Amino acid sequence: MARRAGALIAAGLAALTLGPVAIVLAQAGRGGVGTADLAALRFTVTQAALSALASTACAVPLARALARRRFAGRRLMITALGAPFLLPVIVAVLGLLAIFGRAGLVNDGLRLLGLAPVSIFGLGGVVLAHVFLNMPLATRMLLQGWQAIPAERLRLAASLDFTPTDFWHHIEAPMLRDVLPGVLLAVFAICLTSFAVVLILGGGPAATTVELAIYQAIRFEFDLPRAATLALMQVGTCGLAVALASFFTTPGGFGAGLDRQADLHAPTGWRRLADALAIGTAATFLALPIGAVVLRGLPGLFNLPSAVWPGLLTSLLVAACTAPLAVSAALVLALARAQGARWLEAVAMLPMAGSQLVLGTGLFLLVFPLVAPPDVALPVTIVVTAVMALPFAYRILLPEARVLMADYGRLAASLDLQGRAALRLLILPRLRRPLGFALGLTGALAVGDLGVIALFAAEQGATLPLVISRLMAAYRMEAAAAASLLLVIAAFGVFWMCDRWGRKDAEL
Amino acid sequence: MLSFENVTIRQGDFSLAANWQAAAGGRIAVIGPSGAGKSTLLNAVAGFIPLKSGHIRWDGQPLDGLPPGKRPLSILFQDQNLFPHLTVAQNLGLGLDPSLRHVNTAAVDRALERVGLEGLGNRRPAALSGGQQSRAALARALLRARPMLLLDEPFAALGPALKAEMLALVEELAGPALVLMVTHDPEDAQRFSTHTVLVADGIAASPAPTDALFANPPPALVNYLGA
Repeated sequence: MARRAGALIAAGLAALTLGPVAIVLAQAGRGGVGTADLAALRFTVTQAALSALASTACAVPLARALARRRFAGRRLMITALGAPFLLPVIVAVLGLLAIFGRAGLVNDGLRLLGLAPVSIFGLGGVVLAHVFLNMPLATRMLLQGWQAIPAERLRLAASLDFTPTDFWHHIEAPMLRDVLPGVLLAVFAICLTSFAVVLILGGGPAATTVELAIYQAIRFEFDLPRAATLALMQVGTCGLAVALASFFTTPGGFGAGLDRQADLHAPTGWRRLADALAIGTAATFLALPIGAVVLRGLPGLFNLPSAVWPGLLTSLLVAACTAPLAVSAALVLALARAQGARWLEAVAMLPMAGSQLVLGTGLFLLVFPLVAPPDVALPVTIVVTAVMALPFAYRILLPEARVLMADYGRLAASLDLQGRAALRLLILPRLRRPLGFALGLTGALAVGDLGVIALFAAEQGATLPLVISRLMAAYRMEAAAAASLLLVIAAFGVFWMCDRWGRKDAEL
Repeated sequence: MLSFENVTIRQGDFSLAANWQAAAGGRIAVIGPSGAGKSTLLNAVAGFIPLKSGHIRWDGQPLDGLPPGKRPLSILFQDQNLFPHLTVAQNLGLGLDPSLRHVNTAAVDRALERVGLEGLGNRRPAALSGGQQSRAALARALLRARPMLLLDEPFAALGPALKAEMLALVEELAGPALVLMVTHDPEDAQRFSTHTVLVADGIAASPAPTDALFANPPPALVNYLGA
């Protein structure tokens, strides 16, 4: 039954993803590929690959340290690891500028030491921002992999007197082989279509991504043929990445554990020191920019412009619709995939081969002749945001759905446990933790998202990020910073509520 | 009456054929070398493995295409017979109503009592011993009251005394049901079954009287027993 529902959702998703691309193509006709386009493609792939590798390389030691150490503030840190990814991108970049920018903390320090200042603009800055935004997500995905190692396996390792090296070879490395391709792909794809970061820290012939080039082609030149060509390049690159990752993904080899709690072995000596260093460095790197945003925004927080409040309500409404939509669709796809429908993998990742601007432009061209775009701004925003968020939710749910089906699929089938009863008695209780995480993630993304709404909204019906961008455009920086802080609180609050719901019974 | 009509099962290079019948109320052991297809045979009856050709029928009705939960049988796997996040009583209740909305708690309590788990209904499976977990799974099969019970070595991890105890309990609870039990232990077969199916060389042979089979074993069984 899940397979049939999965096929239905997959068909809708394919229509929503491929339809707009087809519309853009049909409206745009043909356009040749210029040297600037190729340069954009090269820069896009380079920065995304470097960002994915750097984010994951930082995440592995951090996730392992968090998985095997117990210390005061550990839970807080794991929750806070969601923050940079949940931080609306423009706000995150503002925070990084405060630390690494021309007049930032780092360059102040370098000047004091008599050293030349570093520039945050260009490839280095783009990768830095992407690591800041994505390393925590990678860490949390990896951490779930570590936590999914059954207690039985840990006991077995302890009883066989595994050294940390043995443990790595027999348990951690196989787990990482399962989890890493998904993590790398997720970060790579986010960075392929990353827009706001490159808009602020990139730009110019040497540091323009395909996504930025699409935006410029549509907004500044209204050159739809060129935008279509760029969109095709984008779709091709992302599609290739998705195909590659599905090639590497193999089913998890871990059997079921009977929910008994056991801690990972925490080796002493230099490993203890290395873990402490990983945790300390990451905490500093992640906390400083967020702290800068708070300091900047706090003074104006109690004197916000009136446009902020309806904006906040709209953003929360978008999130309340987007998150359940994206997560329930992702859950159906993940369960159907876990039951063997391999082809769903490609469909679930399909949104990653598109981008907000491509989808938004296609839908804009579709509705423009029929209704005034501002009238459908919210439904379009909800649908596009949900479609774009779905792959993240799917990635989070799939490994756990696989374990669920491998361990209890036959038992549930033999007891005729299916449909709503299976949802209530089996799927929700067993997948509660990843479901809460996925809901929080997509909800916060929806709150802080600034994408397709910009193409559609009029003065009325703006989301909070759009209100902030308008404040910034009007050089009301104090108010923008304060509203940013409010946006951060809203996004973080939504995530915290959902994630907490997911963890409530996790200690059983 | 369970009947295999020219059944073949194929999974890659592996194939298994069966063509025989077994009457209701029978106690049948399924024995043979590991990898020969004992579990495969049970899983085909239970509906987890599709047939390449032929039919499996119960009382003349073909089981083909019936989902596992709709077949006239209960199955106990080697492990994972209980949901760890549900209480023992809830796990049993699933046998009466998979939605747990209309469960006769008195019936659940009676079943718990019959398998010697009275008062443990509120525990989670992790708080039970291995033998108790097996008893809980058996109690659920009792509540389901299907005419066939398939045992895919659910007691393999238990000690000899405990296993003998469980087999006696199965004998007591199964009553008129047909029991098919996979085992790799000849003693289990001799203790429990009236007939034995030997699975070897791609064939699940017709059930033969257990005593006669072991008294005068065919070559495949001799190889397995290592006489």
